[in-house]
Amino acid sequence: MNGAPGPAADRALADAFRADWGRVVANLIAVTGDWDLAEDSAQHAFAKALSTWRRDGVPRSPQAWLTTTARNHAIDVIRHDRVAAAKLPALVPEPAETDDSGIADERLRLIFTCCHPAIALESQIALALRTLCGLSVAEVARAFLVGEAAMAKRLVRAKQKIAIARIPYRVPPAHLLPHRIIGVRAVLYLLFNEGYAATAGPDLLRPDLCDQAIELTRMVCGLMPDPESWGLLALLELTHARSAARIGPDGELIPLEEQDRTRWNADLIAAGLSHVETALRRERVGPYQVQALIAATHAMAPSAAETDWARIVRLYDELIAATPTPTVLLNRAVAVGMRDGPQAGLDALGSTGHPQGSAHPLASAVRADLLRRLGDFAAAATAYDDAIAHATNDAERRYLQKRRASVITS
Amino acid sequence: MRYLLLISADEEEAEAVTSDAGMKAFGEWLDDLERRGVLQVHAGLHPSANATTVRVRDGQVLLTDGPYAEGREQVGGLALIECADLDDAIDIAARHPATAIGQVEIRPVRES
Repeated sequence: MNGAPGPAADRALADAFRADWGRVVANLIAVTGDWDLAEDSAQHAFAKALSTWRRDGVPRSPQAWLTTTARNHAIDVIRHDRVAAAKLPALVPEPAETDDSGIADERLRLIFTCCHPAIALESQIALALRTLCGLSVAEVARAFLVGEAAMAKRLVRAKQKIAIARIPYRVPPAHLLPHRIIGVRAVLYLLFNEGYAATAGPDLLRPDLCDQAIELTRMVCGLMPDPESWGLLALLELTHARSAARIGPDGELIPLEEQDRTRWNADLIAAGLSHVETALRRERVGPYQVQALIAATHAMAPSAAETDWARIVRLYDELIAATPTPTVLLNRAVAVGMRDGPQAGLDALGSTGHPQGSAHPLASAVRADLLRRLGDFAAAATAYDDAIAHATNDAERRYLQKRRASVITS
Repeated sequence: MRYLLLISADEEEAEAVTSDAGMKAFGEWLDDLERRGVLQVHAGLHPSANATTVRVRDGQVLLTDGPYAEGREQVGGLALIECADLDDAIDIAARHPATAIGQVEIRPVRES
């Protein structure tokens, strides 16, 4: 044991939760085969860590401590449950070295199992996010823009099907990979997003989730090197390169145009640009590659003003043809605003302000920013109020409040 | 783990496309499962026009001429298989020749 008890222990626990929750749960599922028990046991272990680490200090390997504690809890529960006691012989840790695919990572097994094509695509992704990142049902529901009760039901049904129909817990053999890869990529993309713009909480960034998403995407590229996987890897690297420059000294968000570009991570940009090239060489351009090209255009621009916005709008048009999601429509409006001025941006937003019948959580923030540039400060202030009410993240809220204050005093 | 495979198709179409080659493929499917000891029960069914549906309401036995659900798609056969997991069951189901015109529904069997 090392480290000072108290605040240090609390900080270590918060770090462990972000970095290790997915691994602990994935390991417990591998050992017990019971998804609910795995989650309950992981929760128990983290709760126990809170008091134990404060008293005794932080263990040398928090992840090992948490896994062992969770595993012991699972064994206790199973022993006390006469029905489940029959499962005890199965409680032998599998030799988790490599499986058919040659990839040994519990988190990948978890993702690939969730992404079994016998489960509906949305449920695959929701279940993977919930289990892997420890997001609450409310947070997952928000990510999918659906109600909490509906999401809870969907998650329960997916877990039941995995157990009852016996969907194997593994990275599948090569010939089954193509059926899983779409869901797997979507999970990695959203996992990254959750790290890049956390749904809730004090911090905007959960960089460990971004790192995990990149690490896992790299493994997926090794497993199945197809253009969209390379495109996704490039997109994540190029986006993550901007992470450090995105947060100001007070923890507030700094928008792309105001970022100090010398703080962008040159290594990640180099890796990302080279992976875009790898992807494009295969000549089958999909949505992740298009997004990677947008990120690459930003990465190569010396400043916001010198960015090739015309190219970015063109790429968004291409993306909209393939996946016309509310977020893509919103981002296109931002790019149009940069290319043709704020009024054009507002016009573009006009048709997308309430895409598909429901207001996008970020639509007001975009509108407010365009109104501010236009000099319509009163309307901007109202839009900022609405945006602040919709913000779920403290860093985002602080940024919006700062902006609102600036238009009020103008 | 046991799964029931419910093999169904458009009955008229199935009748029309059943060929010697199809029967041969089906025979090979059955032989392979039997060789592997996977197949517990298999039955091919007469067309649904020969079905009788039974209900008991208020102590009365009520009979209907035909299947419980009308429609072109009807169950034409079933197989009870024992295999490791859903991936194995999907692999077995996908090699049934009926999947080319109809479908196979895989139902996990409730074990007491």
